[in-house]
Amino acid sequence: MTLWLVMLACGVVTLVIRASFIMAEGHFQPAPWFQRLLPFVPIATLIALAVPEFLTVHGQISFDVASPRLWAGVVAIVVAAVWRNTLLTIASGFLVYFVLR
Amino acid sequence: MSPVQAFAKGLRAVAPLLVGVTPFGVIFGVVALQSGIPAPAAIAMSAIVFAGSAQLILAQLVAAGAAAPLIVATIGLVNLRHALYSASVAPILAPLPRRWKWLLAYFLTDEAYGAAIPHLLVEPRPACAHWLLLGAGFGLWFCWQISTVAGVLLGAGLPGDLGLEIALPLTLIAIVVPMIDERSKLLTALVAGAVAIALVALPHRLGLIVASLAGVAAGVLFSGGRK
Repeated sequence: MTLWLVMLACGVVTLVIRASFIMAEGHFQPAPWFQRLLPFVPIATLIALAVPEFLTVHGQISFDVASPRLWAGVVAIVVAAVWRNTLLTIASGFLVYFVLR
Repeated sequence: MSPVQAFAKGLRAVAPLLVGVTPFGVIFGVVALQSGIPAPAAIAMSAIVFAGSAQLILAQLVAAGAAAPLIVATIGLVNLRHALYSASVAPILAPLPRRWKWLLAYFLTDEAYGAAIPHLLVEPRPACAHWLLLGAGFGLWFCWQISTVAGVLLGAGLPGDLGLEIALPLTLIAIVVPMIDERSKLLTALVAGAVAIALVALPHRLGLIVASLAGVAAGVLFSGGRK
């Protein structure tokens, strides 16, 4: 029961965040300091989510130069930076990962 | 452009990301079960919370026995980035009735936003922009529900180490790298990445929160100093 309540709470919080500016549009503006930091939030969060995944093996950080995960990450970042093509980025990362395993 | 054409365009825009999202959803299904979450709850979570990385973190925190307020607060912070997506599409959705706004807000994931936004920001703004966003959002939603169910059903049957978890960070990289278009944002990424690695051993994914805050702070401070 608690699990369902937690899930519902998380769902409501998430929906409210997503709806926030959409519903507020034309009615009120959030504080200027918040608007200034907002563009940086997705980048910081997405990077913080992604980067450790390329460097952990079973929950431990590993700087193994031969790690397939590490190279999958490096290649994906380079491909994304150069070509900005979603499919190419994901596919190249997968390819490198499975070839090196 | 007609609504149907715009919807189809949205579906096509999000389609490449589904290559990463599908294994991601399967993995979530498997991880949820391993975390002790019952199958119906795992499947429902993908509709109720509908946020991939947050769902994985939720499962991890449940498995770690974290307290409910901590779980909700963490998920809130992890999903705070969606406020930017909201701010970004708000002017485009302004003339719509409330039910459209809530519906599109529900569908506003990283992938739907990332796929749709380049098409929404063209001048002049496409007349059926909301249909395009709906197409991208629905495409992602549908794929996410199916792959979660697949993960839950296959769960126990999947071989131990397929290595599909790499799909998650690859999808996130595909979305975030194109967002980095100036030096302050690059600094944000570098700082967030470094701190996340340094703090990976912290319990309850606290390292993630600290890294996000550090990255934001670095970007804001750097961009403030440039003026």
